Amino acid sequence: MDWGTLHTFIGGVNKHSTSIGKVWITVIFIFRVMILVVAAQEVWGDEQEDFVCNTLQPGCKNVCYDHFFPVSHIRLWALQLIFVSTPALLVAMHVAYYRQEAARKFRRGEKRNEFKDLEDIKKQKVRIEGSLWWTYTSSIFFRIIFEASFMYVFYFLYNGYHLPWVLKCGIDPCPNLVDCFISRPTEKTVFTIFMISASVICMLLNVAELCYLLLKVCFRRSKRTQTQRNHPNHALKESKQNEMNELISDSGQNAITGFPN
Amino acid sequence: MSWTFLRDLLTGVNKYSTGIGRIWLAVVFIFRLLVYVVAAEHVWKDEQKEFECNVNQPGCENVCFDHFFPISQVRLWALQLIMVSTPSLLVVLHVAYHEGREKRHRKRLYVSPGMMDGGLWYTYFISLIVKTGFEIGFLVLFYKLYDGFSVPYLMKCDLKPCPNTVDCFISKPTEKTIFILFLVIISCLCIVLNFIELSFLVLKCLIKCCVQKYSKSLQSSACERHNLIC
Repeated sequence: MDWGTLHTFIGGVNKHSTSIGKVWITVIFIFRVMILVVAAQEVWGDEQEDFVCNTLQPGCKNVCYDHFFPVSHIRLWALQLIFVSTPALLVAMHVAYYRQEAARKFRRGEKRNEFKDLEDIKKQKVRIEGSLWWTYTSSIFFRIIFEASFMYVFYFLYNGYHLPWVLKCGIDPCPNLVDCFISRPTEKTVFTIFMISASVICMLLNVAELCYLLLKVCFRRSKRTQTQRNHPNHALKESKQNEMNELISDSGQNAITGFPN
Repeated sequence: MSWTFLRDLLTGVNKYSTGIGRIWLAVVFIFRLLVYVVAAEHVWKDEQKEFECNVNQPGCENVCFDHFFPISQVRLWALQLIMVSTPSLLVVLHVAYHEGREKRHRKRLYVSPGMMDGGLWYTYFISLIVKTGFEIGFLVLFYKLYDGFSVPYLMKCDLKPCPNTVDCFISKPTEKTIFILFLVIISCLCIVLNFIELSFLVLKCLIKCCVQKYSKSLQSSACERHNLIC
């Protein structure tokens, strides 16, 4: 059980995503998860071991480390990645539910002209329209909220995205204001800026995808109203014919043969 | 043998679960198992090495650590995960047993894999109750063992061979508290999901029974009328 399992879960959503969504999934797994696993974890591996304070007082190092790093960068990124990937599961569940309903109707003999067999239902790509459009859009919205929240929490917890090489600590049981030195501050700052940039790119991709989906819906609606406007006579003729047909059937019921012009 | 084994076993349960059961599985996989493996395990990795007491007396740190952490929180978390996932295997075993019977008798005993009827309903119901029991049990155990869900940064220890009351400092107490609170919240969410699923199952069964009784009484009254006429 590791990031590979999350990749399997989210990879399944890939088929039903827009092109921007597919780019987003790629960015998440290559520039964030992979970097986290192969590089960042090594950099932060010895973070407490090599956190050194200029004092021999036992407990001072522990207390100062806990004060400056309430949650480690690595753990915060891991949680951010998990929370940001999870809304995609809403889409996966919706598609699974749609397929289950289609399979149930197929077994009852209702949708035999749409699908060849049950396997066909599983293979077919589900279009992003109707209720799935709402699920997909809400998932993108939640993704943006989670990304922004985690970036803000990061900024708030660490007073920015830069790690200093020395921190001053005067908390009990430290006897006075002691200097505490972080291990590999520059390398950590580089990776922090890299991960933050990747988050920003992912957020921009999500915003672009949201705008694309909204534009698509507006464009589809305007196309529909345009076709109605382009054939107004046809529409008017149709409605008049419907009225006349109703009158015919009414008069037919009362056994009168003529109908008004 | 690792968590992948549990994951593969549980994936098999997905087919025979209700919708809420699938949500429960997703929550367990992502917010408990995945978070445990990629984050929580590492937080507690160096817990004894970085546990420091303000004394040079050999053995004092060991004794104090053992007294305050009879079982590490992260190990308790792992045990809870395993115990809570195991009742779902009852369902898998039940279905496997029935499939074996189907093969032997060469006829279909189940209408479709998704439908829960008869014995499978009872097995699923019992597995839900046992799951919920384990969740609540482990949360209570956690609370009793560690006097709450927060980890203090300092503990006072005066057990032998410590010469007097010494201060002992725990490593990363804030991070540990955050992850324990996360665990508690997700456990509570799983308990709520289990209760909803239980009520849903019971309601569905009651409605089915009522409908069956009503249709039987209609049928019997129709038959009586038919007999009278005949």
